[in-house]
Amino acid sequence: MLLNVVAVAFGVGLWQVLASAGVEGLPGPASVAQRGWQLLANGTLEGDILASLRRVLIGFALGSLLAVPVGFLMGWYPWARGLLEPYVQFFRAVPPLALIPMAIVLLGIGETPKIFVIFLAAFLSSVVAAYQGVVDVDRTLIDAARVLGASDWEIFRRVVVPAASPFILVGMRIGLGSAWGTLVAAELIAAQEGLGFRMQQAELYYDLPTIFVSLIAIGTLGLLMDRLLQRVERRITRWQERR
Amino acid sequence: MTSTPTHGHTAPLGRTSAAKISFQQVSRVYPVQDGDFTALDRVSLDIGDGEFVTVVGPSGCGKSTLLGLAAGLVQPTGGQVLFEGEPVTGPGPERGVIFQQYALFPWLTVRGNVEFGLKLARLPAAERRSRAQRAIDLVGLGDFADALPKTLSGGMRQRCAIARAYAVDPHVLLMDEPFGALDALTRVELQEELLATWDRERRTVLFVTHDVDEAVYLAGRVVVMASRPGRIHRVVDVDLPYPRTEEVRLSPEFAAVRNEVWHAVHHQPGPAAR
Repeated sequence: MLLNVVAVAFGVGLWQVLASAGVEGLPGPASVAQRGWQLLANGTLEGDILASLRRVLIGFALGSLLAVPVGFLMGWYPWARGLLEPYVQFFRAVPPLALIPMAIVLLGIGETPKIFVIFLAAFLSSVVAAYQGVVDVDRTLIDAARVLGASDWEIFRRVVVPAASPFILVGMRIGLGSAWGTLVAAELIAAQEGLGFRMQQAELYYDLPTIFVSLIAIGTLGLLMDRLLQRVERRITRWQERR
Repeated sequence: MTSTPTHGHTAPLGRTSAAKISFQQVSRVYPVQDGDFTALDRVSLDIGDGEFVTVVGPSGCGKSTLLGLAAGLVQPTGGQVLFEGEPVTGPGPERGVIFQQYALFPWLTVRGNVEFGLKLARLPAAERRSRAQRAIDLVGLGDFADALPKTLSGGMRQRCAIARAYAVDPHVLLMDEPFGALDALTRVELQEELLATWDRERRTVLFVTHDVDEAVYLAGRVVVMASRPGRIHRVVDVDLPYPRTEEVRLSPEFAAVRNEVWHAVHHQPGPAAR
């Protein structure tokens, strides 16, 4: 923790030195902080953050919600795996951003195409993890449940779901990361507000301080969301033996 | 001390009605890359109500397959397995199984594990709790009822698995090398406890092990198996009194039976002519 603080302080210091040494156009920490304050005071930054968070949370929630049943189907039933796997693998090979032109043409320029692309990014990371989690469930645990009288449904509910939950949560963390990355990029292409949009606007006016403020906000929020999900994960999977 | 060796199809089918578990000409063949692997070849064996039977043999002799068949986790490719006179078609709570790897649900506490089968049986919460508590106390885990498996030693984990099996009050216990992964002292401790409970309840036990001493010490009858194909080599009756005390364990009579079983396990005929 102390080392973390030292590292951050050193980074800001270095930034200050570079800026005052006169690197072309580079704003110093002070002017970025000032711009950040301005944007906060007039509500722009909050508005952008809310717009971005709303998109990412809706897309992420829908994506991981759908990923769990689909991943379980694929892990449990060979026929479901056979039917779904080609599509999952294909879309995993396509960067979500590459779908934006198609999404805009098909879904218009409102919120829907952005949420759709984020949804897809979150879904694809989570679905593979859920599927892997089901495939990896210890056979003897399933046998143990069967000899105690468990039906297929009860095995699913009481054994497969909890046994696969650590995998699913890891998948969700990866999904959240890629959803966040996709979101910002999607906003760069087409949006009326949001952190990505703000940077895009600032670029037009060579407004580097605003770009820096947005970058810092994007990084901080991404980090916070990841830590939050990590907390949840730790809590839910406390029973796991960790090496 | 020795009953007649049982050779596949020449074996008498015997007292079907009286037997708790009856293997009748049971075979299990697994398809492998080049042909078939015969894990069990026409095995016949009757286990009477209240008996304690151990199965011992070299690895690959099909002893775990035999247990899996009785549990209903493995289906025969030939012959049939009867439990209380009815053909076994799948697993059921009247046949409790103890696995070598404990197979505890790691996300449940000791109590949660023990209550698992009772929940499936849809028992009311109060009765579930009291029955689980009794089983937990029986195996001496009273102080660890709310502990997660990861905090328990191997011996305690197996105790928990045994309590989980006892809780649903099965008619027979099927134990698949249950003490194989434990250290020698813990193993003896659990053997004593298992025997004490068996002596009180006389619940039928089929117990698979690779340890000759353990097989003889626990059993009224030791089934020695041979491999390639898996089959019954000899059945040795153990005419030693219960309760089995340290005195029995160290007696010359015990040593004599152990030597006999040891010989049967370690000096086996080659692959049987088919």
